[in-house]
Amino acid sequence: MGAYQLRVRRFDPESGEAAYWADYGVELPAERSVLDGILQIKDREDASLAIRCSCRAAICGSCGVRINGRSALACNTRIGEAAESARDGAITVEPMGNMPVIKDLVTDMEAVHWKKVRRVVPWLLPAEEPPEGREYIVPAEAMLDVTQAMACIHCGVCVSACLSLEVDPEFVGPAALAKAYRFVGDPRDGEQETRLRDLAEDPHGIYDCTHCFACVEVCPKDVAPMDQIMRLRRRATDDHGIKDSNNGYGHEQAFVNIVERWGTLHEAQLLPRSFGDGSLVKGQLKPDAARQMTQNLPTALRGLRSGKVSPRKALLHPKLPDQKQVRRIFKEIESKGERLELNLYIVGESGDEEEGAFAEEAGES
Amino acid sequence: MPHHDVLVIGAGLAGQRAALAAAGEGASVGIISKIHPVRSHSNAAQGGINAALDPQDSWESHAFDTIKGSDYLGDQDAIEIMCREAPNELLELEHLGVTFHRNEEGRLGKRAFGGASAARTYYVADITGQAILHVLYEQLMKFDEVFRYEEWFTTALVQDDEGRIAGAITRNIRDGAMELFSAKAAILATGGNGQVYDPTTNALICTGDGIAMAYRVGAPLMDMEMIQYHPTTLAGLGLLITEGARGEGAQLYNARGERFMERYAPNKMELASRDVVSRAEQTEIQEGRGFPEGTVALDVTMVPRKRIHEALREIVNVGRDFAGVDITREPIHVKPGNHYVMGGVRTDVYGQTSIPGLYAAGECACVSVHGGNRLGANSLLDTLVFGRRSGEHAARAVKGLAPTPPAFTQLRDEERRIEAIVGRDGSGRRVSEIKAELGETMDAHVAVFRDDEGLRTALETVRRLRDEAADVAVDDKGTVFNQDVLGALELHFMLDNAECIVVSAIERTESRGAQYRTDFPDRNDDEWLKHINVAVNGDLPEISYSGVTQTQWAPQERTY
Repeated sequence: MGAYQLRVRRFDPESGEAAYWADYGVELPAERSVLDGILQIKDREDASLAIRCSCRAAICGSCGVRINGRSALACNTRIGEAAESARDGAITVEPMGNMPVIKDLVTDMEAVHWKKVRRVVPWLLPAEEPPEGREYIVPAEAMLDVTQAMACIHCGVCVSACLSLEVDPEFVGPAALAKAYRFVGDPRDGEQETRLRDLAEDPHGIYDCTHCFACVEVCPKDVAPMDQIMRLRRRATDDHGIKDSNNGYGHEQAFVNIVERWGTLHEAQLLPRSFGDGSLVKGQLKPDAARQMTQNLPTALRGLRSGKVSPRKALLHPKLPDQKQVRRIFKEIESKGERLELNLYIVGESGDEEEGAFAEEAGES
Repeated sequence: MPHHDVLVIGAGLAGQRAALAAAGEGASVGIISKIHPVRSHSNAAQGGINAALDPQDSWESHAFDTIKGSDYLGDQDAIEIMCREAPNELLELEHLGVTFHRNEEGRLGKRAFGGASAARTYYVADITGQAILHVLYEQLMKFDEVFRYEEWFTTALVQDDEGRIAGAITRNIRDGAMELFSAKAAILATGGNGQVYDPTTNALICTGDGIAMAYRVGAPLMDMEMIQYHPTTLAGLGLLITEGARGEGAQLYNARGERFMERYAPNKMELASRDVVSRAEQTEIQEGRGFPEGTVALDVTMVPRKRIHEALREIVNVGRDFAGVDITREPIHVKPGNHYVMGGVRTDVYGQTSIPGLYAAGECACVSVHGGNRLGANSLLDTLVFGRRSGEHAARAVKGLAPTPPAFTQLRDEERRIEAIVGRDGSGRRVSEIKAELGETMDAHVAVFRDDEGLRTALETVRRLRDEAADVAVDDKGTVFNQDVLGALELHFMLDNAECIVVSAIERTESRGAQYRTDFPDRNDDEWLKHINVAVNGDLPEISYSGVTQTQWAPQERTY
């Protein structure tokens, strides 16, 4: 049994007062959860403290909060471990980010998360009439592939942690896009290309993700929403050749081409190449290139001013000393005839039989 | 005042299925839930859903397994319907988009489950309930015809002067406003009552609300003594380890390293019925062959790692996060724990209760397809088949019915009752204290093994707690998300459930299914091949009996 201090962000919309921090002491074994701590406060001290919770087992997705600033489910965060990462001895618990707060730890998921989910047309649009008297016949791997997205419990923890959403509240966001992949990856769905075109053309769609891994890190169900977004991009470009008008596709191509050539990012070439589907020449010849470049001039100037890019570096970008090795990796991957998509349920060939669940976790994330 | 032809209360699998079916019949439908629908406890059904879909299998075989599993207390007409309709129900779910596991030919793949003579459990990894729940919710989002009232708490059912259901009284959790919903029919789909016990695999929301609300308007409850203890729950927390683990080959051992099921069920071993396995474990533990904390060991390590990842992912997480155990490498300690109520509001095969216009489906209902003991992977099936049948029947039955005049007096009474609870001074006991004592009492005396003395102790405690709950203290005086007052209302519901469970268990002086009486250790078909019904009379439960329907299977001795 350990004694822990919880510092909870309280907010009572009826009081007319601003949110405030309140400290509580709880006693629990270290392996019990932060949710158990909050429930103990409710049970013993103040039952007016509001938090959504139900299953206590990371299945229902109700108790998303931020613990010591990190978005997580309260029920599968051990209180002992939370205490270790607490800054001044008190474990802070506050409502999730990127969503309005209703009361205490309760956020308005409907106004943000569910609205975004509905944005992606979240139901199957079958390609054909269901077969009479039997199931659709689809490859076993395809079902396992979308099962990772199906494992999402809509807790909103990734929405809370998403850095792109912080900058662009209109971003469709990690959870809703993972939900979109659940249909795009489902061979029974007949509107995959339409779905992908829609999400590629939407300036707040699949190319609005900045690849920061925050959602992957916090997801309590290992859905890895960013991986699902990357899958959407691969399907959009590789399978359907979708070139969106926001240059998301071109930007990605430019990235890949630059890394293949220099090993690190050549900032000065990134923009023009982005407008030319990855090619520098094409980017400059495009009729619209001048206008787009001018539009982006302030960004380039900011880079120069902050020292992120120097004029010398911008023009003469050095190659990595071992650039050959980078090329070798490219060749190795490109020599594989097909795309190999691994996920939680398909662990692939490299799985060492001796590796257990813990090692596995560390290896995957 | 919102008005709908059909009002569904509860939005788990049974409720969502009922709502979609009623809307499909052209009814205007409202679905109310005290939580967001995808938070429903149907999520926790990990293992799968039974259906005799394989041409090698037959619905008769599925029905017989279910009847034997029920210890012959299940009604065979209802079981026949469930097992006959299972394959179509499963296919319909697949067509809606559930990502069921496939075999190498791309056809639906299946796994073995307890108490079944063939492998007939279809699944999505070990998130089957979640996958189906989410796909049904996709359909709800698609159909604007179904009005969703998410995070509304139903406090009571409303009847008209003739006793017909006319709607429900609810509290909008978001702002505390009380609202009268008018409806021509209501379908209860509020789930189980596991929170009456501590520990339990059930979520905090499983407080038997619908069962209690039906009981209060005079609907008889049936088979309430039949409380399932699941053989593999984590000690302390009570979290569930799916039966799918044993279906994939996991084995049970006592502290001496003996595979003890050899002595209790030499043929089916770990895959005997749940009541049988739970009793075996409890016997091992009580006779000193368990581990110090009162558990036995579940060994999953013989299941190939690739298969564990593909099919048992969720329990890898549960083991890691909640027990600190890597189940791919070492055994995990488990014990029998409260899991499911076979009993509930008595219904016919269309979900109709004895109150006109009131239906019930899913765990809160008792058709009875589970009798004395439910087979694993039959609960999802029950929710879907009887959810759909209730929705269809209710929609058809109310066609042409005129709406009843709104019961504003009843609304005002409920408002006053709740205001009184909120306005009370803090002199009474806390909700949490009463709830904890209730859970402890039920787990001590109304569990795997029962006897008259223990049951009477439990009844005394439950009645005292009921008196104490009458002036329970409430801290929260606000209106927005006042979970405290909802907790007090749930506590009243739970105490009604508990009282009905205990009086039924005292009444049945034999051992059948989940009811094992150490003072009456044998099954007694001559006297007890019948259902116990409980209905409220004044303020107390009154017992009556009803017959068990048999079609083609006469009771036999039950061995596994």
